[in-house]
Amino acid sequence: MSLITVDPRKAEPFPIAAAELLQDTQLRKNVAHATDVIQRKRSALVAEKADWQALRSAGAAIRREALLHLDSYLEQFEKQVTAAGGHVHWASDADEARRIVIGLLRDAQAKEVIKIKSMTTAEIDLNHSLEADGVRVCETDLAELILQLGADQPSHIIAPALHKNRHQVRELFAREMHLPELTDDPPALTEAARRYLREKFLKVRAAICGANFLVAETGSICIVESEGNGRMCLTLPDTLISIAGIEKVVPRFSDLEVLLQTLPRAATGERMNPYNSVWTGVTPGDGPQNLHVVLLDNGRSNLLADDMTRQTLQCIRCAACLNACPVYRQTGGHAYGSVYSGPIGAILTPQLHRMEYGQSLPYASSLCGACYEVCPVKINIPELLVYLRSRIVEKNKGKLGSIFSQERIGMKMMARIFLNHGRFENAQRMARVLEKPFVGRDGWVHKLPGLAGQWTAGRDLEALPEQTFREWWQTRNRQERGPR
Amino acid sequence: MVANPQQAREGTTVSKEEVFARVRSALRGKKASAAPAAESYARKGELGAEDLLQLLEERLREYDARVFRCAEDDLGQQIAEVLASGGKSKMVHPSGLPAQWLDARISWTSDADGANGQLSFAQIEALDGVLTAATVAVAESGSIVLQHGPKEGRRALTLLPDYHLCVIFGEQIVETLPECFDRLRSTATRPTTFISGPSATADIEMTRIKGVHGPRFLDVILVNHAV
Repeated sequence: MSLITVDPRKAEPFPIAAAELLQDTQLRKNVAHATDVIQRKRSALVAEKADWQALRSAGAAIRREALLHLDSYLEQFEKQVTAAGGHVHWASDADEARRIVIGLLRDAQAKEVIKIKSMTTAEIDLNHSLEADGVRVCETDLAELILQLGADQPSHIIAPALHKNRHQVRELFAREMHLPELTDDPPALTEAARRYLREKFLKVRAAICGANFLVAETGSICIVESEGNGRMCLTLPDTLISIAGIEKVVPRFSDLEVLLQTLPRAATGERMNPYNSVWTGVTPGDGPQNLHVVLLDNGRSNLLADDMTRQTLQCIRCAACLNACPVYRQTGGHAYGSVYSGPIGAILTPQLHRMEYGQSLPYASSLCGACYEVCPVKINIPELLVYLRSRIVEKNKGKLGSIFSQERIGMKMMARIFLNHGRFENAQRMARVLEKPFVGRDGWVHKLPGLAGQWTAGRDLEALPEQTFREWWQTRNRQERGPR
Repeated sequence: MVANPQQAREGTTVSKEEVFARVRSALRGKKASAAPAAESYARKGELGAEDLLQLLEERLREYDARVFRCAEDDLGQQIAEVLASGGKSKMVHPSGLPAQWLDARISWTSDADGANGQLSFAQIEALDGVLTAATVAVAESGSIVLQHGPKEGRRALTLLPDYHLCVIFGEQIVETLPECFDRLRSTATRPTTFISGPSATADIEMTRIKGVHGPRFLDVILVNHAV
């Protein structure tokens, strides 16, 4: 488990991390079960919506429009939040966001804080900074609590502890909550969490949340959840700090009528999730009277200029692409070395890091297209994966001796061979001879030496046939023309 | 690791300019290509009044809510019966509920009865449940929408008790979410809560468990139009 990090700067390349995680059969079982259940529920509820494709298009259009006018919508959002009694802070990177939050908690004299599940706070590794400043952090989402108590990392965007089963959760709760009699019945485990957290909700005076949507028109924040821990955190404390990526803004309040239809269906396979909260600034006599919104860039603006990469920011974090992905379903989320895993993580993570880290991630896909098909805002992930692969190759072109320069030479040779049928036929004949020592008894090549070995590390290659199609075609022509 | 948070906050205007500069330079010359949102999804429902009631009732029952129907004149009586059948005797209510909803057989506490015009969280928790009205209900998804006005109470009131009894009038029911947003538009900046069944989690092996932190039990009374 020491292998697991969600910091892309420290993570192992995907194939290495994946190879290790694939050995964990329990993890694979847990991930397969969870993604199967969500996929089944999702398909049934998407099928009952006759206008599903129209909703996807409308959702994509809303997100595209928000991103193309991001500066004006952010300005409008800030103006409305301020007018409604809230405060907006800007953070250009993770470090600045952490400093802002620490300062706000010091001002509020908060020594303890309750948290709603937020991928953005995981992205900036907020909890460790808060703990280092002497603030006790209590995660209140059941899955996040499981991860926090087990010092574990999220492996899925909406169900971050799906790699743990009931027995593993039972062990953890029994130990950390001092409940030796606890059974592994999910209702009993949930009840234990309810009791453990109830006291926190009533006592702790400051809370931290993310945001599903920020509404420019009204300055409202929308939080989508199931357990009610979100409502507790954003209703009971005196101080509430919401941390959101700058891309989370939508133009109009009524845009939620589309996104609140597609998000729950795509994310959890529900017509609507149990609770959605939408609020605007401060309401006298109702909820926190001290509201702060921290808007975070942290690499997002890098994606805006290019029409192709910009669509990455359309994402509404439903995780449908994870559940549908044949790669994610085998490896789980930890192999991606980032809080954002699966197909969306494979395109988002390297881009947030200016393609410096996470370079192996765009290759962690068979390009089957399942992710695009289920995406509720129509992000063309397969197209982006290919595009990012080309960017990585370009980026590494100059680096002599790197795998990419060798690969480049190989690709150039291949291009020359494919350009001319004579060369191609000769190459086939040569390969048939050269491959002989490597063909197994089953007629497949499992392992090649040298650079080609990197290719066979993850794939098997069928041996060339005794007669290729081209050779057969030529003999056929000869026979037909044969003696008249 | 954190040198000076005070300084960091003063720097936030600098950061705002920095973020805006990055965003603006990235988007320069892009605006023309923005297309207005296509709106070909279903906005209006098709069901008649009775079918609408039935769909909402069905959806609420799927969430394990108990659903009752009554005429407006019988509402006080119906509320008392529903509470008695669930063994609820001490109830809290927002200050704006009509007096005829508050049958004398039940012990009622108004949120306004608290020390500073509001009950404490502990006082709310100590009661059996809460009775409120609603702003809108969406039949398609079985959602109840509260905008926390005088008949719905502040948000904590419908969050802390373990039981919520909600009264919905026929004219408050719409079929689709877009119809719901049409109704909410003029009051969009009020705190708004969508409730679709009792609180739940599926975080342990995707097994749906009812009742994590919000009210675990939900009853709904649908009030027919007075004919």
